[in-house]
Amino acid sequence: MVVYALFGVLALVVLAPIAIALGGSSQATNTVYGASLIVTLALFVIAVLTLFGHSEPPPAITLPLGLPWLGAHFRIDALSAFFLAVINLGGAAASLFALGYGRHEAFPGRVLPFYPAYLAGMNLVVLAGDAFSFLVSWEFMSLSSWALVISHHEERENLRAGYVYLLMASFGTLALLFAFGLLAGASGDYTFEAMRAAHPSAGLAALVLVLALTGAGSKAGVVPLHAWLPLAHPAAPSHVSGLMSGVMTKVAVYGFVRIVFDLLGTPDWWWSLIVLFVGGTTAALGVLYALMQNDLKRVLAYSTIENIGIVFAALGLALAFKASGMTFPAALAFTAALLHVFNHSLFKNLLFCGAGAVLVATGERDMEKLGGLIHRMPQTAFVFLIGATAISALPPLNGFVSEWLTFQAILLSPQLPSWGLKLMVPAVGALLALSAALAGACFVRAFGISFLGRPRTQAAIDARETDANSLGAMFVLAALCLVAGVLPGLFIDALAPVAEIGVGGHMPVQTSVEWLSIVPIAESRSSYNGLLVFVFMVTSGVLAAFAIHRLASDRLRRSAAWDCGYPDPNPLTQYSASSFAQPIRRVFGTLLFGAREIGEMPPPSSTRPARLTVRIHDPIWDTLYAPISGFIDYATDRLNVLQFLTIRRYLTLVFVALVVLLLVLAIWP
Amino acid sequence: MALIHDLIFQGGQMLLVLLLAPLLTGFVRKVKARLLRRQGPPLLQPYRDLVRLMRKDVVLAESASWLFRVIPYVVFAGTWVAASLVPTFRSGLLFSWTADLIAIIALIGSARFFLALAGLDVGTSFGGIGSSREMMIASLAEPAMLMIVFAIALIAGSTQLSTMAAFMNSPEVGLRVSLGLGLVALIIVAIAENARVPVDNPATHLELTMVHEAMVLEYSGRHLALIEMSAFLKLLLYVSLIACLFTPWGIAPAGAAPQSLIVGVATYLGKLAVCGFLLALFETAIAKMRVFRVPEFLGAALMLALLATLLRFVSRSF
Repeated sequence: MVVYALFGVLALVVLAPIAIALGGSSQATNTVYGASLIVTLALFVIAVLTLFGHSEPPPAITLPLGLPWLGAHFRIDALSAFFLAVINLGGAAASLFALGYGRHEAFPGRVLPFYPAYLAGMNLVVLAGDAFSFLVSWEFMSLSSWALVISHHEERENLRAGYVYLLMASFGTLALLFAFGLLAGASGDYTFEAMRAAHPSAGLAALVLVLALTGAGSKAGVVPLHAWLPLAHPAAPSHVSGLMSGVMTKVAVYGFVRIVFDLLGTPDWWWSLIVLFVGGTTAALGVLYALMQNDLKRVLAYSTIENIGIVFAALGLALAFKASGMTFPAALAFTAALLHVFNHSLFKNLLFCGAGAVLVATGERDMEKLGGLIHRMPQTAFVFLIGATAISALPPLNGFVSEWLTFQAILLSPQLPSWGLKLMVPAVGALLALSAALAGACFVRAFGISFLGRPRTQAAIDARETDANSLGAMFVLAALCLVAGVLPGLFIDALAPVAEIGVGGHMPVQTSVEWLSIVPIAESRSSYNGLLVFVFMVTSGVLAAFAIHRLASDRLRRSAAWDCGYPDPNPLTQYSASSFAQPIRRVFGTLLFGAREIGEMPPPSSTRPARLTVRIHDPIWDTLYAPISGFIDYATDRLNVLQFLTIRRYLTLVFVALVVLLLVLAIWP
Repeated sequence: MALIHDLIFQGGQMLLVLLLAPLLTGFVRKVKARLLRRQGPPLLQPYRDLVRLMRKDVVLAESASWLFRVIPYVVFAGTWVAASLVPTFRSGLLFSWTADLIAIIALIGSARFFLALAGLDVGTSFGGIGSSREMMIASLAEPAMLMIVFAIALIAGSTQLSTMAAFMNSPEVGLRVSLGLGLVALIIVAIAENARVPVDNPATHLELTMVHEAMVLEYSGRHLALIEMSAFLKLLLYVSLIACLFTPWGIAPAGAAPQSLIVGVATYLGKLAVCGFLLALFETAIAKMRVFRVPEFLGAALMLALLATLLRFVSRSF
């Protein structure tokens, strides 16, 4: 299997120079995205086949590439296969979307070559079987996505986003490099097999955990390493944004899971404290940030941070159970995390595609300039609504299932022996509950302000429904959201071999449960049946409609809006994105973001309009990033002196440096 | 045979909540009026209102979309399914395993999500104000509710309502601090969720302070009837939930004899009457609070519920 997968990746890599050769023609667009679609679909099939045919040992292959004494190892085990499936399903949907969306690209030559390369990079990361090829693929993925982020470099904002992204990506890779270096130890065997066999000492292992959390977490966007994400993800073309948010953050989760759950051996219980804390705060802060944004794509990017927080909180829980030797709850939490990975890749891709369709139709990303799109783009609005419902963790769609499983895992955690966890887990549970509720508010706002109401600008009035390819991709993703929501048992069972690798156990088989319910522990304890909830809701809704229309009245008149007798024709009198967020900004934002509303009233008799300004600070940028960048500026200023020395001074400097280094070598034991 | 039996009870429960819900609201209104020394509308007035609304034409705003017309049915369906799964007079309902308490809360959340969208659909300032405030209230009430569920689920060892009710009925519950905290928090959440005084005023119009009524201002005719019905059902659901979790006495177990079913129905009606009376008493005794005082009120519920959960994590005996 791994050979076929590598051929698929090779095809993607070859596609990049072909795209350059074809130039920016519309034929190039069709070729590149069409070919990407076919290859990613093939890779998806390979991944699914591997995931279900997991009985044989993971086939491995060594290519004579990379370090001469090491070679490049590639293999697919269940963990890789799952993430391979997520990547290529997302890749296929994005490619199908781009078959339509890509035609509106002003400079396709800047996007097309990097797109297949980016897909290839992500695939290679999960296929890699040694640290060297992992890091090279990781960097390949980062750089190709960086090129896509700055593809619209004529906007200054995007250039800045690209710069911040490049810095943070290098920082993350550096942390991962150290993590793998420590794992390989003095012997320096960089294959994953050797790392798994070597058991690092407790202190070293903890250091590896922190480095992995920093390295993979910075790519995934955990707070406080998230600063680049809301800048970079929206800057890319929309289908790439969807891939970055829905898929690349999952590759980062893969990196974390591979290092911490697979390579690092048995964890200590207090590691999970760090992961739980990071996950909980990321979830709550991410969604609060999202509620403060007016840019539709930026809202989606911040909501990615929230969902990554949920994944990391569930992973922290799995780590805690694993450390305490409670295999079954660990499998539950681990499965919940992975299921959320899969679910989020579906609906985030869908939502970014929807935002892309809106961007094409109106040229606007600012929600305050949209409105009423449901009349002009009914199908896009419908699928965006499904995505919004799913991401708000509402039954019967898929977001709820993974959230529900996470809560079930939390309810098992009083059995954990350590006191630190007994206090941390309920706090994290409260943070997750808070972020779920706020996500609902966030997506009522995102959908309601952009798609509902009356159009706020001419661009929103002139919007037209998007093309068939884009709609097809979005409908496929929406349908998958529903399927994963009503038949979660299938997906939970598919995750069993993955959980076996991560925590050494798996959840009970769900597909054999009566009526296709999911029963994580025992039926007397908890169960959920998405299919029946869906059927009940549809039946009772249809029944009510039928009964009322037949027995009472089905007449309908159109008239002006009532609005308590004071309707105003000006669409600016509607609630806007910032006014919708105002109550939540007051409740949460005053403390967290230092949000201040400054009202300026003109003096009596003046005809100037009154003005309301809202100031919001980003606490993490102000307290963490600004001082660091200030220090670097200061240091470079000082060190600049070294550029203007005389030759004599340079020679002295070289001599002193040599002496100091020799001294260090002599003193070093 | 047993299946048919269970099916009848599940169907009976669905009809019962549908029939009782307007009566409960009518009862609360009547008691409230009597406490204010008014005659008040007759007990059956809510039914008449519903029938009258259903017979009327729908007047739809010109800027309303298809979603606006679908939402009343979605809201009604979500609330009705949720209300049918809470044990009222008999536990062990046929479909009780379809959704546990967390899922029931989430179903109510779905209904609210769509209702808030309806508030934004026509594009009026009143609709927006209602939706935005509703979501602010929900953003505190929902986590508080989940924390309450956690605390009780940790005591009962289950999130399945039938099991929870059975456990609460058994002698091993005893008096627990976390249960007391949970009850207070649940009452606060129930008041907020049902848009009752002091959080919101269900009898208000044309006020800048209204939340729920502002959201549904553009609805008329059969759509409004469904929205009203959902509100009645939601009140009944919360009362049933409190009754089932904290006063589970009299609920007939699955496969019980007919006389215990009669006892079950009688005690359930009694519980509804007591809760309705207390609600009316509370509402007449207290003034509505400013919107931005609501977060403090609900924050208290959240903290109480979190404390209850924390106590359960710290020791099994609390």
